[in-house]
Amino acid sequence: MKALNIIETGYRATLEEQDDPGVWLAYTLKAAGADVDVLLRGNAVNYAVKDQDAGGLQYGAWRQTQPPRLAENIASLTSKGMAVFIVSEDLQERGLGGVPLIESLTPVTRNGIARLLGNYDQVWHW
Amino acid sequence: MADKKTLTFALMDPPYENARSTTALRLINIAAKRGYDINVFAYEGSVFLAFAMQKPHPNAMHGRNVEEENHVLTKELVSSLMQEAMRNGGKIDWVNCGLCVDERGAVEAVEGVRRGSPADFLKMAATSDNTLVIVTRG
Repeated sequence: MKALNIIETGYRATLEEQDDPGVWLAYTLKAAGADVDVLLRGNAVNYAVKDQDAGGLQYGAWRQTQPPRLAENIASLTSKGMAVFIVSEDLQERGLGGVPLIESLTPVTRNGIARLLGNYDQVWHW
Repeated sequence: MADKKTLTFALMDPPYENARSTTALRLINIAAKRGYDINVFAYEGSVFLAFAMQKPHPNAMHGRNVEEENHVLTKELVSSLMQEAMRNGGKIDWVNCGLCVDERGAVEAVEGVRRGSPADFLKMAATSDNTLVIVTRG
């Protein structure tokens, strides 16, 4: 079974989780032998931006030592053999068209999403 | 402190679900740094913020063990905020809604958290300079 993991809601609880649960799930399922790819759309396209830094969270004397590193996490998906698609228009609308992104992403237009979904047995939209 | 304030925060969101709990605790942190007296009424899922049974875990995607991952445990944030308030001459009165605790089995809470009811919230709000409700949104 081939599945596409669509991640749309960016930064939902990433500071507390120190990653994105949808990204983490894709990584974990792949490690367990699943045939899973990922599509970033909506606000989640920001995960691909190289130059992001979520460090500095502090509550009283408590300091976060391992802030989320979402671009690195996305890159770890492609390094494990997963295809990571990203919706081009969602990048453009957010002013991210010219911003350095991590490598190995596969751009897809909104018009191309339906065709993409047809390549998968199941689609999981998070 | 002449301009010392008393603020009440009513929270609803559980930890690890969205950024509202992070933001709420950041606002409380600012108030704690100013030495304010702070009331927190933890309602519904937010009673899990101070849940004492939270445990850290490793993270295979990050390639880190439990110690290296140093995962965020909101119970530690709550405790840190209480200490921060005390250090600056303020205090935090953190009340977990008792019925919310019971229906979730979230009975164990970190030190300094007490069990209460909406009557406590009413008393908190009535004796505060202002109240901020951070409500769960769909």
